[in-house]
Amino acid sequence: MAIQTIEKTAKNIVLTVQDYSLFAWRAFTNLYRPPIYWPEFLVQADIIGFGSISIVVLTGLSTGGVLALQSAATLSAFGAAAVTGRFVSLTMIRELGPILTGVMVSGRNASSMASELGSMVVTEQIDAMRALGVDPMRKLVTPRIAATICMLFFLTIVSDACGIAGGGLVTVFMNHQDGTQYLDMAWQHLRYPDIIQGLVKPLFFGYILSSIGCFSGMRTTGGTQGVGRSTIQAVVWASVLIIFVDFLLTQVLLTLMPPL
Amino acid sequence: MNETGATSQPDQDQATVTDAGPVVVFRNVTIAFDGPPVLEDVSFSIAPGETRVLLGPAGVGKSVLLKLVNGLLRPDQGSILLFGKEISHMPEQQLFPLRTRTGMVFQEGALFDSLSVRDNVAYQLIQEQVPDEEIDRRVRDALRFVELEETFDLFPASLSGGMRRRVAIARALIRTPELLLYDSPTGGLDPITSTTIIELIVKERDVSHTPSLLVTHRLQDALLLCNHRFDPEQGRMVPLPKGVTDPGTTFLMLENGRLIFDGSLHELVKSKNPFVREFLE
Repeated sequence: MAIQTIEKTAKNIVLTVQDYSLFAWRAFTNLYRPPIYWPEFLVQADIIGFGSISIVVLTGLSTGGVLALQSAATLSAFGAAAVTGRFVSLTMIRELGPILTGVMVSGRNASSMASELGSMVVTEQIDAMRALGVDPMRKLVTPRIAATICMLFFLTIVSDACGIAGGGLVTVFMNHQDGTQYLDMAWQHLRYPDIIQGLVKPLFFGYILSSIGCFSGMRTTGGTQGVGRSTIQAVVWASVLIIFVDFLLTQVLLTLMPPL
Repeated sequence: MNETGATSQPDQDQATVTDAGPVVVFRNVTIAFDGPPVLEDVSFSIAPGETRVLLGPAGVGKSVLLKLVNGLLRPDQGSILLFGKEISHMPEQQLFPLRTRTGMVFQEGALFDSLSVRDNVAYQLIQEQVPDEEIDRRVRDALRFVELEETFDLFPASLSGGMRRRVAIARALIRTPELLLYDSPTGGLDPITSTTIIELIVKERDVSHTPSLLVTHRLQDALLLCNHRFDPEQGRMVPLPKGVTDPGTTFLMLENGRLIFDGSLHELVKSKNPFVREFLE
């Protein structure tokens, strides 16, 4: 009995991974094939991009502030409090900006995609769309993925800027250090590989969070309870995968563009 | 006059059937979902101009069968021909153009709740980038057919269950489909609203002669469909003379995923199959 359960679970996992791979591949290839639904893309870009600005700004400001607070205490022990700006900007741009934005946007948008598409599945709206001769992958999934990739890129830049600003505010008003020195350190030590690393990651994270959100929604079964399950799965898997892929990406990017 | 009117049209259609071939053909279709087959070895066909009523209690696979007709589901075994084309293994992308030739009314209407009635009914036309003026005109025509012209700007949330079904019928009809599929269009509705829906189906059958497959567990709906015709002069459904039925309307019955009956109303009421007898009684 136990072996049968394990076998069934293993088969389900393999089947889900296979289905997700096919789904993600189809969604990716659809990005380059007409018809492209531009109005849907713009609507989603508005929802995902502008709708997420407030949480991204708040998260960025707070994270930058905390980084400045924590690092200043440690760095001053070595007489290096002046490099707080460099520490905050590099950490935000290379790592925390992309990953925090990815996780925050996945909490907000992967869940909304899963619940919206899931509700459409359980009320047969997806079947109705197919019956009307419209491909839900192209009409619903592809615009969401394209909009998320595009907007997460810009949201990450906003988050980086807010993080550096937050760190600057804490440095000036709480650590009572020189603001010009902070900004100078933050700017002077930035290199193109740092910026590239920070801007490549959101492209992957955007794809992951939107494809998982849409995949969970489109596979919803079991009525309104199923919609709830899909929403939870979407947020959990998107967040976990973002962190895991971040590890892989960092390794690859550090190999390609080694630090000085 | 009624009797002649009721029988002459199906005779013409019967001639068309021979010439044009069936619109839908099921050959030994079987489908299962993680368990015993939901449908097993099902074979039947729908001829041009024919209205087929699929009867059976809840859970026997009626809706599954309907979704197989336009490729929303794929059979595990057997073959399905839609407009003469084998669709059981056809890629989804090739199915979309075929589906635009069919109209489907879902059990709860399945209207897009974020779109207005106008945009729901015009959904296909909007995708085809038909000019706005033409869309408005055709949507109003379709809504007039289901007597809901006043709902043009409303959203589905503000409609009753019966109104939603009627809007769904308007959406299915707007592109003048070559096949209509109705999934329990009267399920969960009160008797008066159910009769209104059946009247619309009779009207579509007798005015456009579109072949259709109607799934229902309500025998009274099936009988109403068979015993009435649409009178264009009176603008309403009228009963056929006693003993006369619409010969273009025939029945299928499912029991535990197997097709146990395929024939006319006359053959249905004479059937000695115990399940059919129990269902009728």
